[in-house]
Amino acid sequence: MELLVNSVLLMLLVATAGALVVVRGLLASTMLTSVYGLLSASFFVTMDAVDVAFTEAAVGAGVSPLLLLLTVAAIGRGEPRAAGALPILAIVLVTITGALLIIGTLDMPPFGSADAPAHTHVAPRYLQLSGEEIGIPNVVTSVLASYRAFDTLGEVLVIFTAGVAVLLILATPGQRGSARPRYTPGSHSEPHTILQVVSKILIPFILLFALYVQFHGEYGPGGGFQAGVIFASGIILYGLLYGLPTVCRVVRPAVVETLAAVGVLLYGTTGLLAMLDGRPFLDYSVFAANPVLGQHIGILLVELGVGITVASVITVIYYAFANQFEMAEG
Amino acid sequence: MSAVLAILSGACLLLGSFLLLTGALGFLRFADFYARLHACGVTETLATALIILGLMLLSDSYLPPFKLLLILLFVLFSSPTASHALAKAAWNAGVRPRDNQGKRDLPLPAGER
Repeated sequence: MELLVNSVLLMLLVATAGALVVVRGLLASTMLTSVYGLLSASFFVTMDAVDVAFTEAAVGAGVSPLLLLLTVAAIGRGEPRAAGALPILAIVLVTITGALLIIGTLDMPPFGSADAPAHTHVAPRYLQLSGEEIGIPNVVTSVLASYRAFDTLGEVLVIFTAGVAVLLILATPGQRGSARPRYTPGSHSEPHTILQVVSKILIPFILLFALYVQFHGEYGPGGGFQAGVIFASGIILYGLLYGLPTVCRVVRPAVVETLAAVGVLLYGTTGLLAMLDGRPFLDYSVFAANPVLGQHIGILLVELGVGITVASVITVIYYAFANQFEMAEG
Repeated sequence: MSAVLAILSGACLLLGSFLLLTGALGFLRFADFYARLHACGVTETLATALIILGLMLLSDSYLPPFKLLLILLFVLFSSPTASHALAKAAWNAGVRPRDNQGKRDLPLPAGER
């Protein structure tokens, strides 16, 4: 049964990818990207990777197609036909790269193999000792936020850098480097009354659910990354239906830009506190006499940092893109 | 008692799946955008509700049905709203209802354009 579900999902993924290559028109491509994200999320759920599925559903199926949509709306939806000549250089390059990638996979251990390095290196230790060393049920969180906390700090920095880069490229000159809307209210032809009413009912629960995912991440699927994207989706939904100026009054751009840095700083400071006490960076045993309790406090703090940064950066990126769209509109 | 619940749950799941199937059929076969949207939107809401109800009946503790109830509430809000948004976007983009063969636009009531 699981094999059937997996095969059908994979076939749909391949079909969607094929359609993405074939289809002309940027709007259709964008919608197919969203479909691809949703299918991937379903696939991750069947693979028992619910943590990843959360993020993929919110970012892959929601936020990134939305950013593409905003871009398409700003530049027009047609795709210019390529010139008549066959792009031979491109085809050769793509073929070589693809062949190299396929040859690369030949060296990998077969799928699900018990003696793959991923299953024999440190994973058994994490799985066996996480219970007594960290004492939380979700091993994914204990690996992400404790055993591999330094790697995760790197990931958070990558996200932060992405937000800074988008601001550097898209922020309008003379606006102190932040995406402030230049937009007069009332240019929307008609209000989305029904959507506004329904979203007003739903958004509080979306934000509440994000907080649940954030603080329940030690016990169930979830954590800072997932909570951050869900929280940002709530804000973005509000912005979509009420317009950029309104959402900017609710959640000020300057505030989210600051919070994006605050999250990374919270994460880094959590690590530095251990160094002040003469321990290694990110050693959580500094927080409590009982090492397991210390782990709990440390994980809570770094996950909070991750959540704040992810939510803020995604909101910042949305503001930057939406601002471009509003300027293109009028 | 549990046998009755199992039968009820099975009936709900079966009916829900059947409705989804009719929705998919309508989506493939109907003539114009609005009829297709109607087929999917209407059946999907009821089918999801029935399937979730069937799953709730199967559970033996109180937490899963509660979570399923929350999902059901969310679907009851989001699914009709999504259909509405689609229909409105299509109307604003100039898509008009068509006749049964999907060949030409139907005449609209006075005052619509």
